[in-house]
Amino acid sequence: MLLLLLTAGTGTGAGTGAGTGTGAPPLRGPALRSSPPVPASPSASPPLLLLPKPRAEYGAPGVASARSAAEEPAGGGGEEAGEQHHHHGGGFRVVQWEWSYVQTPYIIAIWLLVASVAKILFHFSQRFTTVVPESCMLILLGLVLGGIVLIANKKQLYQLEPALFFLFLLPTIVGDAGYFMPARLFFDNLGAILMYAVVGTLWNAFCTGFSLYAAKLVGVIDERVHADLLDFLLFGALVSAVDPVAVLAVFEEVHVNDTLFIIVFGESLVNDAVTVVLYKVYISFVEVGAENVQTVDYFKGVASFLIVSIGGTLVGLVFAVLLGFITRFTKKVRIIEPLFVFLLVYLAYLTAELFSLSAILSMTFCGIGANKYVEANISQKSRTTVKYTMKTLASIAETIIFIFLGISAVDKTKWAWDTGLVSCTLIFIFIFRAMGVIGQTWVLNRFRLVPLDKIDQVVMSYGGLRGAVAFALVVLLDGEQVRAKDYFVATTIVVVFFTVMFQGLTIKPLVKWLKVPRSTSRKPTINEEIHERAFDHILTAVEDIAGLQGYHHWRDKWEQFDKNYLSKLLLRKSVYRKSELWEAYQKINIRDAISVIDQGGNVLTSARLSLPSMTSRASFPEVTNVTNYLRENGSGVCLDLQVIDNVPGAKVEEDMETHHVLAENLYKPRRRYQSAYSRHFMPLGEKERQDREVFQRNMKSRMETFKSTRHKRHKKERSLKKRRGSDSKEDGNEKPRRNVSWQDKDPVVVPVESEEEKGEHSDPEKEKEEDEGITFVARKAETPKIRPKSVPAALEGCHSPPAAPYSPTSEDSHLPWKGGVGSPPPCVSVEATKIIPVDLQQAWNQSISSLESISSPPAPAEPVHPRVSALSRLGGPRPASYTPPGSLAGSTSSVGAQVAQGSFCFPEKKEEEEEEEEEEEEGALQEMRPLMSSLRPPGAMPPPPQPPPGSAPGSGKRRNPCVYLRSFVTAPPPPPPPPPPPPPGDSRSRGPTQL
Amino acid sequence: MGSRASTLLREEEIEEIKKETGFSHSQITRLYSRFTSLDKGENGTLSREDFQRIPELAINPLGDRIINAFFPEGEDQVNFRGFMRTLAHFRPIEDNEKNKNSSASEPLNSRTNKLLFAFRLYDLDRDDKISRDELLQVLRMMVGVNISDEQLGSIADRTIQEADTNGDNSISFNEFIKVLEKVDVEQKMSIRFLH
Repeated sequence: MLLLLLTAGTGTGAGTGAGTGTGAPPLRGPALRSSPPVPASPSASPPLLLLPKPRAEYGAPGVASARSAAEEPAGGGGEEAGEQHHHHGGGFRVVQWEWSYVQTPYIIAIWLLVASVAKILFHFSQRFTTVVPESCMLILLGLVLGGIVLIANKKQLYQLEPALFFLFLLPTIVGDAGYFMPARLFFDNLGAILMYAVVGTLWNAFCTGFSLYAAKLVGVIDERVHADLLDFLLFGALVSAVDPVAVLAVFEEVHVNDTLFIIVFGESLVNDAVTVVLYKVYISFVEVGAENVQTVDYFKGVASFLIVSIGGTLVGLVFAVLLGFITRFTKKVRIIEPLFVFLLVYLAYLTAELFSLSAILSMTFCGIGANKYVEANISQKSRTTVKYTMKTLASIAETIIFIFLGISAVDKTKWAWDTGLVSCTLIFIFIFRAMGVIGQTWVLNRFRLVPLDKIDQVVMSYGGLRGAVAFALVVLLDGEQVRAKDYFVATTIVVVFFTVMFQGLTIKPLVKWLKVPRSTSRKPTINEEIHERAFDHILTAVEDIAGLQGYHHWRDKWEQFDKNYLSKLLLRKSVYRKSELWEAYQKINIRDAISVIDQGGNVLTSARLSLPSMTSRASFPEVTNVTNYLRENGSGVCLDLQVIDNVPGAKVEEDMETHHVLAENLYKPRRRYQSAYSRHFMPLGEKERQDREVFQRNMKSRMETFKSTRHKRHKKERSLKKRRGSDSKEDGNEKPRRNVSWQDKDPVVVPVESEEEKGEHSDPEKEKEEDEGITFVARKAETPKIRPKSVPAALEGCHSPPAAPYSPTSEDSHLPWKGGVGSPPPCVSVEATKIIPVDLQQAWNQSISSLESISSPPAPAEPVHPRVSALSRLGGPRPASYTPPGSLAGSTSSVGAQVAQGSFCFPEKKEEEEEEEEEEEEGALQEMRPLMSSLRPPGAMPPPPQPPPGSAPGSGKRRNPCVYLRSFVTAPPPPPPPPPPPPPGDSRSRGPTQL
Repeated sequence: MGSRASTLLREEEIEEIKKETGFSHSQITRLYSRFTSLDKGENGTLSREDFQRIPELAINPLGDRIINAFFPEGEDQVNFRGFMRTLAHFRPIEDNEKNKNSSASEPLNSRTNKLLFAFRLYDLDRDDKISRDELLQVLRMMVGVNISDEQLGSIADRTIQEADTNGDNSISFNEFIKVLEKVDVEQKMSIRFLH
């Protein structure tokens, strides 16, 4: 980033030094290294755009020393001291003007600020930004700023410096693009991408070059443009490549379908190799002179292309492997995981640059290659960090690039206008792009499964945007050798502006007008995940049977290789053992859960209105807590989700499922992330919360040990394990990270609940997977499975009752809230403890059923019902209120109950696997352990009285509402009545802060 | 091999296959040579063993199911016509004029037929429903041993629940079509047969 200053310096140098300020070495690599000295020379006048006055005050030496101070932070102090002496003549000053000291970072920061604020301003008007692409606005802003600078300083101080561009701005964008490149899509279309990138770019370059030369010969281009064939070919090469930055900026706003996007964008990335080689070859030809070029040089050019492209790719892949391998071992230093990602991806770029290979290719392939392994290895938080940081950097880099493009254009000294050249170039690149696309598509369509139709071709032709890469390359030209450089610069700027602004502005209406299929941001459903995998296997098998060694054959071979060797090498053991399908399932579940929470949050907020009356009826203090708690949680959920990640238009019909999901999966992240994220949401400090949590956990576990002493050790271990397991779980979850706050609603209660449940059925159930805790509970509640599709039902495996033919109507009939919506079910008054759950449940279901009416299927309401009947069953005396009108359902539920009892006796065979998992996830444990140990003095506190496990229906009853609620509402309710409740102030104090 | 294939294949037979499957002449002869090379018994039909000899198929998790799909119900031999009929499901859908020759019935490579082929892989008992058990079996084949029965069960439950609209706890073919309606089946269930 220091180079930003250098930018200014070079700009100045270029201004004074007759356009040769950049030194313009022939090759990009050397150029980057040789340019810094130029601005660092004391002769360069200071680039003080923002504060013109100090410039006069300080003069050149001050700036130079400031620069060196900035460049060598070690020697900064001494330099500065000397400077102070020099300028202020000694003596102590209370306030000192330290401009030269902070100049570099200050200017950089100011620029970034201007760029970012500009972005904000552009997005003020929604209507405006939908019409005008941001890149256009940024260029315009750049033009304005450049004009101001020009007026203020009489010459242009800033320009898009190639070194800055190639070393810093471009890699951030390419890194982001490569890392988040949809790999499958990319490789599915690799043939087309390579074709367009290599053949298309070559075609464009040669045709443009030769045509311009022809135009020159004919006389369209003015005589003043001193350029021969080689110069034109060189110019054609650099101006013909489609630019990744421009394509990204424009296409991301257009939202064309994925295939189209990946082809254009992939082309813009991959053609870098062609551009680099052509550029290098021509430069060297220009240097030695056209007459000295020998035949062998052409072959060298071809060989160079192969080396640059393949070498670049290999460098990228090597770094990808390295990155994957490193992240395998970052378990204990999670905090620097993102850094590794940035560093290695960037190093891939620099290394390729170092060997003058294609840096863009290198970085792209590093990103594509490493993504899968890195994402699987690093923690959830790191993933979020990587994602946001990359996006932020890329966004700001893009902004700066476009602004500087605008600014660079306002520089008289570099311009040499020739209408003939400009118009010819514009026409030629457009025509040849179109011709190239049509020709290549014709060839490609003979091989493509899904041919690219005419509309695609139009968009691809029109989407051939040129951008900053071309500009930076043309600025790098050596004015001594390429005498028409100024003309070329002017033409390139016009071309870039024309493509980015005019085409960028019109491509959206064009796409609309042509009715190009747009991309949908729809996420795949679990069915699609499964069936598409099956499709892949089927196609592979069919190819094998038909004896074709086609794409699927090789993809399968690669996947085998990946599975057998690469993944083993690059993935953590714990991750490696996970199934992709399971991960996908988890992600989908969580996504749904979030959407349901969103709805549920709203429901709860509305439920809140009715709650006070209920609390007044409640006689137990715990109940009040519960209400408060839920209320706060409800609104908290609502608020946070709306702020952070509102998922609109969620599928209502999946509500039912998501209840489960909540019960089954979500409590993990909740516990897992609470401490980290609470920082942002809880000014009270996480310490307090943690203490409370530990206290509560502690109490619970003690209670439970009291309850069933014989399982004491077992359970303790398990609770630890679970916590550990939660760490491993986190890897699978994508979203929860962002929807932080609802996760930390109540980390405490949930595990306790589950443990208590376990205590109750003291059978040694098996600790199946990491996320078992609630699942178990839910399963229990679930067991009278009228609803056959429930997830937990699956856990019972073969015990599940035969698919009872269930009719939606009978289902509905025994849903209490269905029977009489609006009037609380009779059971409400039976016991005060039940009031809240029922009430909430009703509110929830009212909204659900209202939503349900939109999407017809009866399913959504179901989740509640089985649980309710389970509750009623467990509640013993109570069930009458819940007994469904349909007698069939009642019998089913009792059958289900028996089944459920049987299914609870899980073998313990999995314990050992757990142990292994445990080792893997020890890092998480380390986080927890100190707290746990410090707050768990053995036997210090007398365990509160607790009914013996499984024997007291009362306890079951009282707990059940909680169980029910927990699985139902996102945030679990506070602990059940029997144990000493958490201090009421706790839950209350938590709420407001969350709000 | 190719010459032998074309000699063994009668011209009218090729025409019929062409009409039925939409494969081109050269594709048919090419696939016939493949057929004969698979046919170790040299009796003009393929048995399951012939298929199982293909090494890649042995490691394909769905290999057995796909082999089964080649055999009509109750038979354990498939002749070239049947072989081609099955393969024809995977022919990419071309521009409309190609499909006109079989305008009476839906072409084998239509979207519905592609989906039906996939559906049949799940539906072992041919009751036109994918039950939970059937789904579980396929899932188990695809995911290997890295995943517990419980996890798999919850995936299966969720899958069925997502697709099931009539509440019979299984996926009918219509539900199968519906749940995949946004998927580009034409592309994802097609392979490029060499011309």
